[in-house]
Amino acid sequence: MGRSVAITGFGQTHHAARRWDVNGLELIQEAVTRALADAGLTIKDIDAVVIGNMDHFEGINYVDTWSIEGAGAFLKPIFKVTTGGTTGTTVGIAAYYHVAAGLFDNVLAIGWEKNSESDTTGAIITCSDPIWDRFSYSGAIPSLAVEASAYMKKYGITEKDAARVTVRDRGNAVKNPYAHLRTAVTLEEVMNSPMLTEPIKLLDICPRSDGAAAVIFSSAERAAKICRQPAWVHAVSVRHDTTWFGDIDYTEMHSLAHAAQEAFRLAGIRDPWNELDVCELYMPYSFAGLKWIESIGFCKPGEAPKLVWDGATDLGGTLPMNLSGGVLSTNCIGATALLRIGEVAHQIMGKADKRQVPDVQLGMATGFGGCFWSDVMILGAKKP
Amino acid sequence: MMETKAWERDQSLLAIDEIAHMPYQWAMGLDGSKFFQEIKEREVLLGIKCPKCHKVYVPPRRLCGPCFTKMDELVELGREGYVEAVTLVNYPFIDPDTGDRRPVPYIYGYIKLDGADNLFSHIIRTKPGATINVGDRVRAIFAKDKKGRIQDITFFEPI
Repeated sequence: MGRSVAITGFGQTHHAARRWDVNGLELIQEAVTRALADAGLTIKDIDAVVIGNMDHFEGINYVDTWSIEGAGAFLKPIFKVTTGGTTGTTVGIAAYYHVAAGLFDNVLAIGWEKNSESDTTGAIITCSDPIWDRFSYSGAIPSLAVEASAYMKKYGITEKDAARVTVRDRGNAVKNPYAHLRTAVTLEEVMNSPMLTEPIKLLDICPRSDGAAAVIFSSAERAAKICRQPAWVHAVSVRHDTTWFGDIDYTEMHSLAHAAQEAFRLAGIRDPWNELDVCELYMPYSFAGLKWIESIGFCKPGEAPKLVWDGATDLGGTLPMNLSGGVLSTNCIGATALLRIGEVAHQIMGKADKRQVPDVQLGMATGFGGCFWSDVMILGAKKP
Repeated sequence: MMETKAWERDQSLLAIDEIAHMPYQWAMGLDGSKFFQEIKEREVLLGIKCPKCHKVYVPPRRLCGPCFTKMDELVELGREGYVEAVTLVNYPFIDPDTGDRRPVPYIYGYIKLDGADNLFSHIIRTKPGATINVGDRVRAIFAKDKKGRIQDITFFEPI
């Protein structure tokens, strides 16, 4: 076990389909400046930086060096971590490792993306094997659609069950001034939206956004000086398995099940459904709001629709999910999973404004990406 | 009243367009090369078996990830299988292999070939108006002119 580590600051940009007013560096600087202001620190207080995005979306491969001015890493240790959609949680977890190891006291994690700068699906396809998979692989939306096809068949799940997840997350986004899509939608609107790739309709899938997120991880000594209530890291878990899309079991989300089980064990959580107060889960499409909460272990396989229809995952329910509006409202991919961490941290720090749940003691953030990969971080109000 | 956002475009905000053409050449290795040679000579699909977990993978590759073990036992698979996961793709996007829009709609899915333990990714063609479902049986249709690439299997079709 390493040193105790806490999140002491979180900042994000105003996310949008296209940020015409800034280039990537300026977008990054906007999130970093807000994270520093949130912690009451200056860039001089930052010892090291971990940054990540998805290389092919902007066509820039040396983001660690290219981003220096925006990241505030001039003459400091900085390196890039990129793991697909999980990039945001992986940079957060890498920053945590830095502080937990005892080598650094304040480490800045940055995730960012300017999705508007390329064809998102075309760029994602380059993650698949060029000899075997690229001819038929069709990007994120169809690969999620095939997963939904297997899950629906196995448990008799309907498109309407999934639509209820979109209604929840988009409704939550209305209270988040930073969210990309801030209008609530109805079940009918989801069901009547255009079919993109069966069974995924336009309102079942996340948008593509420009945006950045920055989170500061601090040692216990520094955290005590920075704020009265930091968000302590209770556990992290990373499970990346393969990039062969044919090796995936489309009926079960094994990487998430493994990551969640390990994180709960490390955090001493025996009954996650009742012990956790909030969740920010990387769910890029509505069906994930059903299948993947079963993989986490919040209910038995096939039983998620009941929890969601009963309102147990809504604000005021047993375990509110995605109070930020989630990925269905904002998806600046390299930043997306780090936004999950930052949003849970702010819930614990009591800084979530209109989306605040009273007295949050424990929260869970997840990352999803690559070839059905998963990261988990558990944050808490008490020092572990 | 519509709120005007600072990041919305006015005439003074510019962007530059660029289309990058990059030539690549990817090595297939022994097993990948053998897979396409067998298709060319006999229209046979090959898999490879792990000596440790006995799982049969398609396409054949040298390493079993879960066991971290080298594999070398090539096995013949059936040309048929069943659909384990499938979707009808109906939205436009750029194909990075061609630089052009991939023609839609088309069906793409993951097929459990007879004799394999994992899934094979390919496109599926049905008769006009017909649907395809998880669990349906399909067979491989091969190209007449085989060039040693995945398109040597033109598509799978329902049996």
